[in-house]
Amino acid sequence: MDLLNILFVAPFVDMIGNPRFLVEVIVGGLLTGVMYSLVALGFVLIFKASGVFNFAQGAMVLFAALTLVGLLEHGVHVVFALAATAIVMVLLAIAIERLMLSPLVNQPGIILFMATIGLDFVLRGVGQIAWGSNVKPLDVGIPDKPFEVHGILLNSFDLYAAAIAAVLVTVLAIFFQKTAVGRALRAVADDHQAALSVGIPLRTIWAIVWSVAGIVGLVAGIMWGAKSGVQFSLSLIALKALPVLILGGFTSVPGAIIGGLIIGVGEKIAEIYWAPPFGGAIENWFAYMLALVFLLFRPQGLFGERIIERV
Amino acid sequence: MFYREAGQFKTSYASDQSMFPIIQDRVFIALVLIVAYAVVPMWANEYWLQAVIIPFMIFALAAVGLNLLTGYAGQLSLGTGAFMAVGAYATYKITTHYPDINILIVFLMSGLIAAAVGIMFGIPSLRIKGFYLAVATLAAQFFILWLFNKVGWFFNNNPSGTIIAPPRTFFGVMVAGPEATAQVRYFVALVFLTVFTVIAKNLVRGRVGRAWMAIRDRDIAAEIIGIQPLQTKLLAFAISSFYCGVAGAMSVFLWLGSAETEAFDINISFQVLFMIIIGGLGSILGSILGAAFITLVPIFLTNAPALLNIPFPTDLSKHIEEIIFGGLIILFLIAEPNGLARLWQISKEKLRRWPFPY
Amino acid sequence: MSPRNKIGDVLLAVDGVSISFGGVKALDKVSFDVRTHEILAIIGPNGAGKSSMLNCINGFYHPQEGSITFKGQRRKQMQTHVAALQGIARTFQNIALFKGMSTLDNIMTGRNLKMKKNFLWQALYYGPALKEELEHRTVVENVIDFLEIESIRKTPVGRLPYGLQKRVELGRALAAEPDLLLLDEPMAGMNYEEKEDMVRFILDVNDEFGTTIVLIEHDMSVVMDISDRVVVLDYGRKIAEGTPDEVRVNQDVVDAYLGVGH
Repeated sequence: MDLLNILFVAPFVDMIGNPRFLVEVIVGGLLTGVMYSLVALGFVLIFKASGVFNFAQGAMVLFAALTLVGLLEHGVHVVFALAATAIVMVLLAIAIERLMLSPLVNQPGIILFMATIGLDFVLRGVGQIAWGSNVKPLDVGIPDKPFEVHGILLNSFDLYAAAIAAVLVTVLAIFFQKTAVGRALRAVADDHQAALSVGIPLRTIWAIVWSVAGIVGLVAGIMWGAKSGVQFSLSLIALKALPVLILGGFTSVPGAIIGGLIIGVGEKIAEIYWAPPFGGAIENWFAYMLALVFLLFRPQGLFGERIIERV
Repeated sequence: MFYREAGQFKTSYASDQSMFPIIQDRVFIALVLIVAYAVVPMWANEYWLQAVIIPFMIFALAAVGLNLLTGYAGQLSLGTGAFMAVGAYATYKITTHYPDINILIVFLMSGLIAAAVGIMFGIPSLRIKGFYLAVATLAAQFFILWLFNKVGWFFNNNPSGTIIAPPRTFFGVMVAGPEATAQVRYFVALVFLTVFTVIAKNLVRGRVGRAWMAIRDRDIAAEIIGIQPLQTKLLAFAISSFYCGVAGAMSVFLWLGSAETEAFDINISFQVLFMIIIGGLGSILGSILGAAFITLVPIFLTNAPALLNIPFPTDLSKHIEEIIFGGLIILFLIAEPNGLARLWQISKEKLRRWPFPY
Repeated sequence: MSPRNKIGDVLLAVDGVSISFGGVKALDKVSFDVRTHEILAIIGPNGAGKSSMLNCINGFYHPQEGSITFKGQRRKQMQTHVAALQGIARTFQNIALFKGMSTLDNIMTGRNLKMKKNFLWQALYYGPALKEELEHRTVVENVIDFLEIESIRKTPVGRLPYGLQKRVELGRALAAEPDLLLLDEPMAGMNYEEKEDMVRFILDVNDEFGTTIVLIEHDMSVVMDISDRVVVLDYGRKIAEGTPDEVRVNQDVVDAYLGVGH
């Protein structure tokens, strides 16, 4: 009886009892969701263009953030540090393409996925040896001030994060739809063989895609790092991107955004209103269970494509 | 010269299909078993048994289980840790409430419970192809550990949140608990490992194994010749979870003595996955070789600098371990996807021709 | 030609089958039947819908219209599992062998449906599971003998040359002892000798086992030589049906192949 109350009655009573707080929770969840979306974007890019599910996306986020922080700690000016880190990520992408992707080009997806798990470990290890594994604060000059709107507590940082994410998505959308390189990327995503046969250089495209994903990872890393410090657990955020992709569809950019927002809000609400009687930490698994439920009813996600199998 | 099949003709299908068709292999396996059952218990010291050999065998069992699912049936699971936890906590609950049931039987019961949990998580995700099982197993990994952490019933409301193996005997010999000697625990673990490895080998060389490999290699064609994908995958997942559950129970009752949920976190899942990748996907021998490898490397890394008199912060060795494992994964997947098991096979082939080069 | 089994009643009847993918109509109200013991060829230009037709017959595709009657049972859609159980087996245009397994194991998978001992017996191995395994191994070895592939029995199929892989795939289909065998371009990519061998095997299967065969083939000489009847598809529609001689002189068929606009 008590359990039924905890599960089905009390949370809603709480929500209605303090609507302002509810809005704050939702807003907070949306903004966490934006962060998830940024990470998921990197996944989608790579998956669309090379069919590889990059488990190491989180490690790339961590690696980018660590590099940036490391440079800043050595006194490098913010602008140069950003540029240098971007270059590092591009070099990393080229290395990954040359050393890992090309040798494995014809292998089934599961093999490539496991290779990215290996990559994840390597990046984590290298990043932490090079730059140390303490939690590091990251300040790139984004204002971090709380303020109130209609009695609801917000934070300027979060708004900047949302704006940056919006800009990033717009830039990527334009890049994909309007430029020649973007067109080539879409061709590669559709059919490797066909793209090769019209002369699209597959390896260059992959290097480009992984670089873009790396830079997206850098942006994500900056956002996360500035919010909660650069630390090892950043790479675990990446695992959360998996449920985001299940909700949104593995190949959909809008899906990554919407999926991330849903997960962000869902998690926050679950944590605030349902978790306390259990001692908290529902956030650890809520996203995954939600994804599991989605798998039952709509496995291709909200925006994904149904694949027609051909024999 | 010594290792040849020449002259060993098989006159029946049964002998052709036997586990070790070549006599030299049979001799070798017999030697290994003799060493394992007779020599090691007499000669190995307590430290080595406790720190290296027993955990190796427990992880070997988990690795065999995971390989059945991932290597043979081609379904990736990232939830090995959680299923081991299910086995461990199930054993704890059953034996604390029913102390009279033989502890080894309780291990098997916990395996069945783990299999049931596996089926529950498997059903939604195995209907569709792709990485979805990976996500479902992640869900299992995080949810199950949270459950065992937060809900007091699972650890009998023990304030420290840990589960502790109570003393248990088997026909009068202490097998679990603080009094159980390392030799006894080693023996029990060895018997479990042997029996379940043989069972795994039997499964993979028959109809079930072929069905798994068919689903792995070409699931559409498999479906068309009548192999039912969902049942086949679910069976693999259930059996794999059973193995992991038993391994988990063994890890608390035959090795650690006590545990918290951290002992079964996602790093364990990765470790076992690495064991089967490095050891060889789709190979029972590979699972065991991989488990040995992954168990020994950290020990080497922690002890080597001391032996070489180089000061090494422990933090650093952990990161180096990560780099080595990650790098080896990529290397093996590129160069030798069939892992150590294939390297072993190649050396046997070289042995066939020895001392001739070709 | 040696005396053939007398061609019997209708084994499979395809009635008004249509299937589209998105906007593309792959099959448009196709109807024909297949009689027991006969060899029926489906021919037509590329993209005519021949493979789609086979896919509908064995349940891989589900047509939106029409029905398929097999062994007297009429169904709107076949399920792959049911098709396999009822005795339909097939080979594929792009070989669909299990690359990780040996020839023997691949062909043994063809017996999978008939092997009943559950996994607990399999875990034990000795006893009923082994007995069953050996029974089926005997059948498979007969197939291997028939197809003259004894020497590559234990070779992983990924290492075999293309022609042999096609033969192993045929073996896998034969191992199921099907009543209806669907062959999708069984001779594609083969040289003259390999084709001769394949034709010999197909005729032997039809002769010795009485298996009804539906085959898709581009090599006209083969089609004319071995088929009892021919069905011609073009743009998803059936444009002709009859004996090879009748079809050969059919103007619509000639036009379709020459690409005359219509």
